[in-house]
Formats: sequence, C-alpha cells, structure tokens
Amino acid sequence: MVKHAKPKGFYDVFERKSQDFPAGETTHYCPGCGHGTVHKLIAEALVDMGLQDRTIFLSPVGCAVFGYYYFDTGNIQCAHGRAPAVGTGVARSLDDAVVISYQGDGDLAGIGTAEIVHAANRNENMAVFFVNNAIYGMTGGQMAPTTLLGQSTTTSPLGRKSEREGGPIHMAEVMSALEGPIYIERCTLSSPAGVMKTRKAVRKALTNQSEKRGFSFVEILSPCPVGWKMTPVQSRSWMASSMESVFPVKRFRDEEAAPKGNGRLPFLDDGALRDLVGAVANEVPTKVSTLSQDLGVKIAGFGGQGVMSAGILLANAAIHEGLHTTWLPSYGPEMRGGKANASVVLSSDAVGSPVVDVPQALLAMNGPSLDAFENHVVPGGLVMVNSSLISRKVERRDVRVFEAPVSDLAAEAGFLKGANIVMLALFALESGVIGIQTLKEIIPKSMKNKDLVEINLRLVDVAEEFHGRE
Amino acid sequence: MKRTLMKGNDAVVRGALLGGATHFFGYPITPASEIAHGAADLFTRSGRTFLQAESETSAINMMYGAASSGARTMTASSGPGVALMLEGLSYLAGSQLPTVIVDVQRAGPGLGNIWPEQSDYDMCCKGGGHGGFHNIVLAPSSGQEMADFAHKAFDMADAYRMTVVILSDAYIGQMMEPVALPQDVRHGARKSWAVYGDEESRSNLISSIVMSQEGLANLNMELQAKYQRAARDLTDWEEEQTEDAQLIVVAFGITARIALTAVRMLRSEGHRVGLLRPKTLFPFPQERIAELAQVGGRMAVAELNEGMMARDVERAVAGRCPVSRYNWFGGVVPSAEEMVLRMKEDLDG
Ligand SMILES: Cc1ncc(C[n+]2csc(CCOP(=O)(O)OP(=O)(O)O)c2C)c(N)n1
Ligand code: SF4
Repeated sequence: MVKHAKPKGFYDVFERKSQDFPAGETTHYCPGCGHGTVHKLIAEALVDMGLQDRTIFLSPVGCAVFGYYYFDTGNIQCAHGRAPAVGTGVARSLDDAVVISYQGDGDLAGIGTAEIVHAANRNENMAVFFVNNAIYGMTGGQMAPTTLLGQSTTTSPLGRKSEREGGPIHMAEVMSALEGPIYIERCTLSSPAGVMKTRKAVRKALTNQSEKRGFSFVEILSPCPVGWKMTPVQSRSWMASSMESVFPVKRFRDEEAAPKGNGRLPFLDDGALRDLVGAVANEVPTKVSTLSQDLGVKIAGFGGQGVMSAGILLANAAIHEGLHTTWLPSYGPEMRGGKANASVVLSSDAVGSPVVDVPQALLAMNGPSLDAFENHVVPGGLVMVNSSLISRKVERRDVRVFEAPVSDLAAEAGFLKGANIVMLALFALESGVIGIQTLKEIIPKSMKNKDLVEINLRLVDVAEEFHGRE
Repeated sequence: MKRTLMKGNDAVVRGALLGGATHFFGYPITPASEIAHGAADLFTRSGRTFLQAESETSAINMMYGAASSGARTMTASSGPGVALMLEGLSYLAGSQLPTVIVDVQRAGPGLGNIWPEQSDYDMCCKGGGHGGFHNIVLAPSSGQEMADFAHKAFDMADAYRMTVVILSDAYIGQMMEPVALPQDVRHGARKSWAVYGDEESRSNLISSIVMSQEGLANLNMELQAKYQRAARDLTDWEEEQTEDAQLIVVAFGITARIALTAVRMLRSEGHRVGLLRPKTLFPFPQERIAELAQVGGRMAVAELNEGMMARDVERAVAGRCPVSRYNWFGGVVPSAEEMVLRMKEDLDG
C-alpha cells in the first residue's frame, strides 16, 4: 500500500529537508504516520492531473509544517491555523491557481476555527485536506479538539471527560452546516479500501479546485502511532474500532457546481482609475485671498441641524477663495441626537492646529451650544446666535454679537433644515472672510442631493435680505 | 492640481489605489472604518479586490497570502485590531513580504475610546510581534500626506520587502482638508520570489521557518542590514525654524500640527522656538536630533501617550541638553494655547 519509492509530485531529493535533517531521502514523519500517505495521494494526483505548475500548497503548523520539503509545487508556509485565510488571499490574487490547504486537527479545529469556517462559508476556491489524528502530534501528544472521550493524552492524562473538556468536535458536520462548501467528505486510512476511497476523494477535491468550482473539504482520519503510543498495526485497528464510530466515514455533500467566477468588475486602466478617485489635474484656484491671521470657527448645535455640513461648505468656500483650511468634527456617541460641533480653520498659510479651542467666531445653533462655547470665544470675536432657539442674551461684553432667527427664516422659506445655510450665509456677510458669491457657487458643487440646490440658494437670498434689513 | 476637500481616511484609500494597491482586506473599527468603506467602494469599482475578513487576524493572513502571490495588499485598523495583527506582522517580516497597514490610532489601553492617541507608537515602531523585526513607519500629519504616503508606501514595501505602517490618528483620519491627489498611477512588478501558480515560480517557497540556528541568525542579520539600509535611505523629517531655536519641540502626526501653531504663536512674540517633525518614525531621525541637541538649548517631546517617542529622543540626545516631555492621553488633545503654556514654562525655566 505505502510504497517506498518516492511518489510522483515530490521533489526528487528533499533538499530543503536535508538542510535541516540528515538523510534527505525519506520524509520526516514517524513510521506508520498517516501524513505520509496523504502527502503521497495528493502528490500523485497533482502529477496525474497535470496540476503541479498551477498548485500552491499551504503548509500548516503541526507535523505537516514541512510540507514544502516534499511537494514540487509553489509553497507557502502559514501561521498556526491561518492557512484558510492565507489561501483566501492567494485565491483572490491568482484566478488560475490550485490552492491546497493542508491542516491538522489542532491547526484547523482548534486555533484556526474562525479561519476555516469563514473560508468555507465564503466558498473560497480551495481544497482543504484536514488530517484528523485526534491529537497534537508535533508538540508531544496533547489533547486535540478531536480527541475522543476517554482518550488519554499528555494534557488529558486521566482520559478526556465531557464534564471537564467537552467532547470531540466534528468538523465535517460543522462544514455541512454551512451553505458554502460544494464538496464535503470524511475518509479514513484505517484500511487499504479506506485509502483507495481517500485517493478518490483527494482527486475529486482537486478536480473541483482545478475547475474552480468552489470549496472542497476532505477530512481524513489518520493514524498517529507515536502520539497514541501504539504500534502502526494497533493504530489502524483502534481507528476502525473507536474513531470511526465517533467520526462517521461518509460523503456529506457533493454538489454539481458550475465554475465559480471571481466576481470582480473590469480592471480599470490608469486613466479610468484617476477619474474614479478624482485625481484631476490642473485646476488653478480662481482667487487667492489673504487673511491677516488664522481664523478658527466653531459651528455648534444638535445632531440634525446640519452643523457638520455647514462646516464642510465653509471649508469648501475657503478653498474656492484660495485659502488653506481644515474641518474637524466632534464625533462620538454624543453626535447621535446630542451635541455636535465642527471646527473650521481658515488661513492664508498651511494650517497648523485644526483644533479650535479659542474660536474667533462661534455659530451657535441652539442654547446648549452657546452655553458650552460662549466663554471660549476670543475677546473681540464674533458670536452668531440662532435667536429662534436661543432666548437668552450673550453675556460677554467683549465680543461682537449678531442675532438672527435662522430657524424661523428657514422655516418661512419652507425648509427648516436649511437653517444652517442661513446661518452660514449670514456669517459670510457679517465676517467678510468668504464672499456670498463664492457660497452661491459652492452650494451646487458640494451638495450631493441636487434637488436641494435650489432651495438652499434661495436661503442664501433670504439671509442677504435679512442682513440688508439689519 | 485640483485640491479637493476630503478626510484623511478618504485620501489614504485614493492614494493607495494610485500607488498600485490591488487587494484590501479589512475589518471595521472606529476611527478607521471609513477607510474600509472607501475601499469597499473604490477597490471594488476599479476592479481591484476588497474583502471584509472575519477578524483582523484573518485580514493580515489574507494579506500574507496575497503578498505571497505578488499582489500589492493593504489593510486599515486601529489599536485593538492592529494588536490582533501582530502575529501576522511577525510572519510577514520573517517571510519578507511587502504589505501596507494604516493604523488610525485611538485611545487605549483595552477598548479605551475613539478619540486620538499616539500610543501605538511602540507597538508599530518597535516591531510589535515576536522576534526581532521592524516595520517601516510613516507618520502623516495631514490629509495630503495620507494620500502621498499611501501612494509611495507600496513601492517602499516592495523595495524593502517590508511592511509599511502608516501611523495616523483619529484626527488626521477624520479631519477634512484640501488634498491634491498624486497623478501618476503606479503598478507592482512581477516578483522573482513570489508564487504565482505557474511554471516559472513553481520552485519558490514563502516561509519564515529556518531550522538551523546559523541559518536563522543569518536571516536576522539580513533583516538588520535591511533596516540599516532603510535608515540610510528613508529617514525623513521636516523642520520649522530650528536654526536659532532655544527650544525645539519634537512631535509627529496631529501633535505636530498643534505644535506648529504653538511655534508660530511664540515666534510672533519673539521667542526662539522651533519644531522637528519626524515623517518616518522607523527609521527615526535620531542623527538629526543628536545634531540639534545643543549645549545650552532644550528639547521637548510632545505626544499623545506617556512618553514613547520621548524615550527615542532622549536616547538620541544622550544628555547633551535637557528633554522635556509634554504628554496627553485618554483622547485628550491639547490646543495650541495649552502647548504654548508648556513651552513657556520651559523657556522661563
Ligand atoms: C500560535 C501557536 N501556538 C502554538 C504553537 C505550537 N504548536 C505547534 S504544532 C501544534 C499542534 C499541531 O497539532 P495538529 O494540528 O493536530 O497537527 P499534527 O501535529 O497532529 O499533525 C501546536 C500547538 C504554534 N506553533 N503557534
Ligand atoms: S507525531 Fe504523529 S502525526 Fe506527527 S509525524 Fe509522528 S505519527 Fe505523524
């Protein structure tokens, strides 16, 4: 059954192995180990199916960590349990690659459960060979998630007990609970007939993979004589008598799946990419304004009053004026329905701090905002008050105050939500740092909802009329 | 070039695409989620690949796979997520795979809060994971640099076969500024060492295992030599009025922006103060800092953590002049006025 000639699909000489271990002719596996058998079945299938060039073999962490010693294919060695995620990255990069993830039970059913479940659920194009030997072989025979009840290991010396350690995890069944995988089968190496069935399953999974039909999962019950402290012969009979009754050997799913596309849209060329991301060349600012000093503006209100978007409009207007600018939101839980404020800095120079703790101008849309920020305004600064919602007067005597019922003005024009625009337009008129004409040019450009452009432009007129009357 | 108002988190996605990024694997976390939103839209629409992973652990391993296959790949996260990626970062370093990570720092430890801090400095600059390795760490302090650094990060990562971390913060990420996007579109070339699932690359192996002690010692020395080469070729910083400064503030990211205003305010009052802003944190501009550390002068390190960069500055200064520490944390961000107060104490003292 296990011939000792080197299988096709293996390197002729295990050069990578001979750098690490003496005797580069044989594998590093213990006598009677199932890994050798599974390796051979995969390697021969790859050659028979002509897949070697296309194959990328992912080695796990576990006894098969050195898979790359043997497989004459592209090789990637992965972190413990992560191979299905690595395989996802490969499969998403190389449409034609045959991706094989080869994993043990500690690797796949312990540390790597999230990775395997989600790769399967996404139906990634890969073939997974899951070698279930009910133990951690490499690290010295510790309990695996698949260890049987009663089985003693170095970390379950009294035998695995469900009250203490829970029972064995059934990965083929877990896979069957997912919609993604197209092929799920559990095989066993306990007998020559079992090996032949495994051989078939391996080829089935690789066929699916080479035809890009989706995710195939082959669980292989496999002997670990050293970890189990048995002879190879005892191991095989224990598999038949104990393992196979806990892990039923059967085909769980075999779907007729059509080749799976990659779901990607056409790859944009350089020009189209530039257009998409907005890398537009050569627009010279129409104006270059100057400010005698940096201007920090705080726009504050409650969530929904449009303080953030008023700030963005102001910043856009500043760019239009040839100024430098920053916009900084006060975000976080308090934004939802609660207080919201935007800090905007305008400058003739590259802006240093975007933080506005001492504003030159405060645009207070509601009472709490005035309460919160009135005392921060720089002496000689400007405080703009939405008198529709703020009944009290500004207490500071050393600031300039401008009151306007912006909510009422907006509501009278039929669009209460536009109170922020009325406020911003009044600020432009009152401060002179941005032109009202600039604002009118910016509004159509920066409003996402084009239906609102007209009403917002009308609100700018409303502000102008109000300002003219004052 | 057209300057468009955009968030740093938006600029970084656009810069990355122009820089040749083809694969984004992400997992949402505030304040970095906007990057995933932007990537989901723009990577997908441009025929590149965006995939939301089941965790940051998986995201970094997807990047490991994509980078192994020669792709230009990236992710974005914040402290708690980057912490989960440290295992992967170590494997990437050991296997010498090029990737790009954007860390939009929030405040910690633990879940902390979503306001800015710069406390991932050690995690990102000192390697972070197990084993002796480093990442190239770029520190953008504007939306423009978010775009520019992302644009050049992939060439850098490929050239050094290293992970490039763009170490941003909640303010640099969420602030909007005018940004002029780079015009030239870069593309990654075929890599001789990657596995492409073809005949030419069949003999290639991506692995961080080196079984012999001597062999692994050699790999480590190779990495160290690479880091020295990076120190020689990549170290970058910016200075503002340091020539005659009696007090030089060293700051990066958002803190450098605030310090810049503070320096301008103090200069207008006639004080001789300056700013040194590292644009690369690894490699760190230690030689320039040593040069500027004058007997009789003073330096100060302003940062949003308990003194992580200060330790690097102090080592560079090596006692030649006093070094003060201005620290804020928990998401508290100082105003320029507060920074001025701290600087005045040092100028008077
Ligand atoms: C993160 C991490 N934790 C632990 C280990 C140690 N380790 C190496 S192999 C292994 C168990 C492998 O068992 P299994 O997947 O069943 O494979 P087997 O050796 O039985 O083939 C463990 C825990 C590791 N390499 N990495
Ligand atoms: S310890 Fe077990 S799994 Fe590992 S090589 Fe030996 S027999 Fe195989």
